[in-house]
Amino acid sequence: MPVSVKNSEALFLAIKSAGITLLSALPETWLVHVMQMAEDDPDMTLIRLNKEEEGVGISTGAHFAGRKSAMLMQNHGLLTSINGIVSVAQLYRVPLLMVISYRGEMGERDPWQTEGGRVTEPLLRSLGIDYRKLSEPSTVAYDVRQAQTLAESSLRPVALLLTRDLMWEE
Amino acid sequence: MLRQDVLKAVYPRLKDQVVVTIMGAVAVELYNLGHQPNFFYLEHGMGLASSMGLGLSLSLPKERVTVLDGDGSVLMNLGSLSTLARYRPPNLIHWIFDNESLLSVGGFPTATGAGTDLAGIAEKAGAEHVTLADTIEAAEEAFAEASEREGLSVIVSKVEAIGPPSFAMDISLLENRFEFARHLRGLANG
Repeated sequence: MPVSVKNSEALFLAIKSAGITLLSALPETWLVHVMQMAEDDPDMTLIRLNKEEEGVGISTGAHFAGRKSAMLMQNHGLLTSINGIVSVAQLYRVPLLMVISYRGEMGERDPWQTEGGRVTEPLLRSLGIDYRKLSEPSTVAYDVRQAQTLAESSLRPVALLLTRDLMWEE
Repeated sequence: MLRQDVLKAVYPRLKDQVVVTIMGAVAVELYNLGHQPNFFYLEHGMGLASSMGLGLSLSLPKERVTVLDGDGSVLMNLGSLSTLARYRPPNLIHWIFDNESLLSVGGFPTATGAGTDLAGIAEKAGAEHVTLADTIEAAEEAFAEASEREGLSVIVSKVEAIGPPSFAMDISLLENRFEFARHLRGLANG
């Protein structure tokens, strides 16, 4: 599978070094390696979800208890989580870190991913969610740390979009 | 059975637990019995109270976490019953009050009045300890057992579709949120 193992590992290590010990996730092709690394790491709790919005509740509970967590999902998972993001994470000022595989952008071959790709960034902007696109493996650790710092100081959701350039090896 | 009477009967035990309620009648009824810093009222995000309970119970393994849920909210996030059963935190109690109604928005009937069986769904989702408790005595006993159990407990109680005369609570959402989080961090560090 041409999902980059090396860059998946860089991302997983970045998440770990940010002090995150709980990940909620729903599988998607680009995320299989990261999820497997989380599953195999005794210091990481991985909660496999049935639907991504559950992750908003899980991360909210974890944050209130003082634990750092993140959601790992596809951008279509973001779409299905909107009400939770607005009426829990934003309403209650939760520093929700969302790590999102950005399907449907330039280079996408799967027709079914393309509509989600078109609306992802406009949606984040309309929700007022700060986000950064990650394409450079050497800055991933820095980007995750920056995103988490902003989430915690603003007490708001922040999104990291994992691009094809980062996750996929042709 | 009135939910208010059940809450009153179990309040002494609830008082010592980390409690998350859904919005509407159950939040007001618990609040009126006496607010505690370990009570959080999720005033929106319907369906996510049980997911919050999962995050809390996994992060506070020494505490007992109880989610006071309702049929309308559970029906909005049925997948959560499966996720809870999958990870079955030993310190989590998921108590569903089923009044077969979306009471707080005017009493519209839900699917549980037409045969949907939430206890049955929880059981088939893999929850090992599912108890039906439709009288005050049964509810007290089920909650006492659940509070001692090392294992995920699900309690389903049929209650009348009657809520409080007023939904007013003298606590703002963020006040509740910050007080709750501060209290929990004290527990986690203590």
